[in-house]
Amino acid sequence: MNQDISFINSWIKTNSRVLDLGCGDGTLLAALTKELNISGYGLEIDPESINQCVAKGVNVIEQDLNNSLQNFPDNSFDTVIMTQALQAMRYPHLVLDEMLRIGSQCVITFPNFGHWRARAYLTLRGRMPVTKQLAYQWYDTPNIHFFTYSDFEALCRERNITVLRKQFIAEQIPDRQLKNLWPNLFAQTAVYHLSK
Amino acid sequence: MSPNSRENSVGTVSAEQILIDKPLTLACGVVLPSHELMVETYGTLNADKSNGILICHALSGSHHAAGHYEGDEKPGWWNNYIGPGKPMDTNRFFIVSLNNIGSCFGSTGPTSINPETGEVWGANFPSLRARDWVESQKLLMEHLGIDCWAAVIGGSLGGMQAMRWALEHPDKLANSIVIASSMKLSAQNIAFNEIARRAIKSDPDFHDGNYVQHNTAPKHGLALARMIGHVTYLSDELMGQKFGRELRSGTFSQGEVTPIEFQIESYLNYQGDKFSSGFDANSYILITKMLDYFDLSREYHNDSVAAFSHAKCNFLVVSFSSDWRFSPQRSREITDALIGAGKNVSYAEIDSDQGHDAFLLPNVRYEQVLGNYLSRVADQLQDASEGAAE
Repeated sequence: MNQDISFINSWIKTNSRVLDLGCGDGTLLAALTKELNISGYGLEIDPESINQCVAKGVNVIEQDLNNSLQNFPDNSFDTVIMTQALQAMRYPHLVLDEMLRIGSQCVITFPNFGHWRARAYLTLRGRMPVTKQLAYQWYDTPNIHFFTYSDFEALCRERNITVLRKQFIAEQIPDRQLKNLWPNLFAQTAVYHLSK
Repeated sequence: MSPNSRENSVGTVSAEQILIDKPLTLACGVVLPSHELMVETYGTLNADKSNGILICHALSGSHHAAGHYEGDEKPGWWNNYIGPGKPMDTNRFFIVSLNNIGSCFGSTGPTSINPETGEVWGANFPSLRARDWVESQKLLMEHLGIDCWAAVIGGSLGGMQAMRWALEHPDKLANSIVIASSMKLSAQNIAFNEIARRAIKSDPDFHDGNYVQHNTAPKHGLALARMIGHVTYLSDELMGQKFGRELRSGTFSQGEVTPIEFQIESYLNYQGDKFSSGFDANSYILITKMLDYFDLSREYHNDSVAAFSHAKCNFLVVSFSSDWRFSPQRSREITDALIGAGKNVSYAEIDSDQGHDAFLLPNVRYEQVLGNYLSRVADQLQDASEGAAE
C-alpha cells in the first residue's frame, strides 16, 4: 500500500545522495529527484519493479538486501531510505546498523503491529491479523518480524541511535486524531528520521 | 537459426567498405596512415543525427550484426536484439555496426597488405588495445557526420569498448551499455586465452604467424583454441541439458567394438572446425591479447571510481547468472565504481543458464531491461527534436 510520505521531502537536503533500499517501482526516488534534484539509487530484486524503474529513468541496482551491503562504503550517502521493508528483513537490527554505516542519516517507515485493530483482531478472533496494511496470511507473508512502535523505540535506545524526527500515519477515525497521543495504539505506520 | 529470425528482421542487408583516410596512432606507437572498415547500418539517421547507436563486437564478432545477406539464411550475430520493434529498435535508432581493425572480416587486419612492405601483415600486425578500436570507431563516427552517439553498446570485449568510450570521449555518447563485461580480466581468464594461443602456435601450419606466405593456415590449432573458448562461454548446467552423456555413435553394449563418440565431442569438433574455416589465427591471437591487456583503471592509479569520474553519460550494466567467464561479480564491480563516481547507472543480473553466450541469445528479461532502457532514450530524443522544432 502506498502511503503519502511526501513530508519527508523536508528531511532530505537538495542535491544530496540518496539510497533507497527496496525501492519498488521507483516512485519515491523519481519524486525526490524531481523535487530535490537528489542523486538517487534504489536497490531492488523484483524483476518487474526493476523494469519499471528502468522505464522511468530511476537508477536501480539489482541487489538482495538480505545479502551483504558491504559494497557500499561508510558514509557514502547522505540519506538511506527504507520504506515498509524492515519487517521483511532476515536481521532487521543488522540492516539498521548497515543503513547508519552507509548513510549519515536514515529514513525508515514500518507498519506498527501494535495498532489497536491488529490487537483486536488477534485478541477477539485468535488469528494473526490480516488487515489492509498487512494483507497477507501468516504462511505466505514476506513480513517475518512483527514489531510495534514501542519495540522500535526500544531498539533505537539500545543501539544508541538518535531519533531526529518521527511522524505517524493513520487514515481512519479515530486513529487520525489519536495517533500522536498514543502512537503505539493508533499509528498505522511510523516514519522515523534517524542518525548515529 | 531461430525459427522466427525473419520476424521483425531488418531484412536483407549489405556491408560497405569505408576508407578512413586519416592517420590512426595506435597505443603501441605505430601509425596506420589510413585503414579500411567493413560497416553495416540499420535504420535511418534522424535530422539531428542524434539517434545513432554504435555496436561494439567482441572477440569473434563482425560487422554483420543483424539481418541477412542476399541468398544467405544465417542472420547477423545480434539479430535477436536489433530490428524493428526489438530492443535496439531500427524504427527509432540508426544502428552502426563495424568490423574492427585487427579482425578478419574485411577491415584492415593481419590478412591485409602492409602498404610499407607490399606483403600481408600476418604476425607483424601491430599489437592492439581496446582504445585503438575506440579511436578507429571515433574516426568512423566523424566520417558518418555523427557528433554524439545516443548509445554505445557491447557485450564482453564490446562492453570494454563501451566503457572506454565513456572515459576517452565523454561528450560523444549519451549512454554506455555494458553487457557481460569486466573492468579487467582475471588471471583465470588470461590463462584460458593463453591456452588458446598456445594451441594455435603449436600447429605445425602456424609458421610463426606467416602461414599465408606458406599458403596454409593453422586450422587445427585455431579449432582447438575455439573449442576451449566455447566450453568457457557455456555453463555446466546448459551443457548437461543440451548434451548430457548422449552418444552420437557407438554403444557401450558388451562385445561391441564400434568407437564411441559423445554428442558433446561431436558438437565441439563441429564448432571448432566451423570457426577455424572462417576466422584468422593471427586475429585470434591479437584480439585475445587485447582482452588480456585491457584494464580500465590502469592509468587512473588503479582507482575505478577515479576512472569513471571522467564519464558524463548514463550507464546500463547487465550480467547473466551462469556466466563464469565474465561473472556477475565483475559487473557488480563496474556498478559499484559508477555509484561511487556519482554516475547514473542501473544494473540488472539476468537469470540465465546460457553462460557467457547469454548476451547473444533470446531472454525475455534481458529484452525487457534493454528495451525499456533504450525506449526511454528514444523518447528523450524524440522530445528533444520536437522541442527544437517548435
